[in-house]
Amino acid sequence: MGSLRGFYGSMVGKKVVMGVTGLIGVGFVILHSLGNLLVFRGPAAINSYSHFLKSTGELLWALRIVLIVAVILHVIAAVQLTQQSRAARPIAYTKQERQVATVASRTMRWGGALLLVFIVLHILHFTTGTIKPAGVFSPDDVYANMVTSFRIWWVALFYVVAMLALGLHLFHGAWSSVRSIGVSPPSPQPLHHRISLAIALLVWAAFTAVPLAVVAGIVR
Amino acid sequence: MNLTLHVWRQAGPKAPGKMVVYQATDISPDMSFLEMLDVVNERLTERGEVPIAFDHDCREGICGMCSLMINGVAHGPMKGTATCQLHMRSFKDGDTVYIEPWRARAFPVIKDLTVDRSALDRIIQAGGFITAPTGGAQDANTILVPKESVESAMDAAACIGCGACVAACPNASASLFTAAKVTHLGLLPQGQPERYRRALEMVDQMDLENFGSCTLHGECQEACPKEISMDTITRMNRDFIRGRLIGTRA
Ligand code: HEM
Ligand code: SF4
Ligand code: FES
Repeated sequence: MGSLRGFYGSMVGKKVVMGVTGLIGVGFVILHSLGNLLVFRGPAAINSYSHFLKSTGELLWALRIVLIVAVILHVIAAVQLTQQSRAARPIAYTKQERQVATVASRTMRWGGALLLVFIVLHILHFTTGTIKPAGVFSPDDVYANMVTSFRIWWVALFYVVAMLALGLHLFHGAWSSVRSIGVSPPSPQPLHHRISLAIALLVWAAFTAVPLAVVAGIVR
Repeated sequence: MNLTLHVWRQAGPKAPGKMVVYQATDISPDMSFLEMLDVVNERLTERGEVPIAFDHDCREGICGMCSLMINGVAHGPMKGTATCQLHMRSFKDGDTVYIEPWRARAFPVIKDLTVDRSALDRIIQAGGFITAPTGGAQDANTILVPKESVESAMDAAACIGCGACVAACPNASASLFTAAKVTHLGLLPQGQPERYRRALEMVDQMDLENFGSCTLHGECQEACPKEISMDTITRMNRDFIRGRLIGTRA
């Protein structure tokens, strides 16, 4: 246990935890965003996909637990590292010009906080049905839940904004995590983010397409 | 050329500081940035005022003593160049130039623009050395080192310990400096015995010195006068993980 404490006690160790848990999240959002595209094939397709997932029982719960633990560890490490970094520069510059930091890298903290709020509300909305913006919720009819909810403009807007934050978070995170965990090979241009750009665009577009399609009346 | 300078003035470590405006007149574009400050200081001295304290030594880009946040950029606008090698031709007549010390909790201000960077020395003391007797020059030649390792080790060894990476980092992290040292020694055969212990001890010392954590913004690499690559940070993290999880035996 001593070595685990030494590991997590260090900022590098915390960052490695963020990287590993973040990559679990990246894998999850890729699969989840692709699964959602089944709404475009009609109610039967997505509802049977949802039944299939629920029929896996323990496997689904194992996956859920892994994801919940990953989010918790990710957030705890994020908060601790943010506090340490803030404390590391008590007197700010009068003038500081960022040279290469991207919008994505600079919004990891606020965007991450928005994602946390989103994750909680999203589970209460579509998984447990505790929050019913449309007044109705059926655990067996995922399609209807999506369509009735996204017809409400502010629900659709909230999802669209949260997915912008997710896209930015992925653009920086999918790239930085493999560096943090020490597996990225040396690169002649270390700041190149091509693969994470593709991941971020894919996930952002797939997730955003659903509420937009409902708003536009393509999915009804 | 004539410039308006906004300079951080602070009488001592505990004294309050503030930005003070000075006019730098009749500056030659061929002067280095530090020579421009020399001129300003000469005039301050003539007027009986206290000259602006700033760090410098070699003035040829090799010692790592010069610093300065110039218009919000560590070592100023010229990429891959230390402040002492920056020339006034990089500025325009009439420019306003903000000059501030490196800002980090680990780098307390000593006076005006000079800061105490001994935190970096303590990181070196924690592991930036080898214990293998390396003999004389001819002995070094008997140990074969792959060309790529030599090149990468030399690139990392170019770090002059100026601390610009810390100054430019939005988190005031010393990751690039520490990673440069870990990489430089860890790539060579003579550095192998302490390779993983070095990563652990230097990283732990970096934490103890109250630097921030790395978000991989890339500002360090951009600010570094020796253009040290942030690939070294990946390598440092890898050696740290290996050392913590598997052990420090090479
Ligand atoms: C869909 C969920 C999420 C995914 C897929 C995700 C993914 C990632 C990844 C891959 C990284 C890069 C880690 C590294 O550089 O080693 C990262 C960093 C970060 N994440 Fe998340 N994340 C998610 C949710 C959150 C949440 C809810 C927060 C809330 C606080 C958050 C805050 C952060 C912060 C602050 C960083 C940067 C930390 C730093 O380097 O200083 N993330 N995220
Ligand atoms: S890595 Fe570059 S910026 Fe950092 S201390 Fe070394 S030379 Fe200076
Ligand atoms: S004064 Fe020596 S590097 Fe600038």
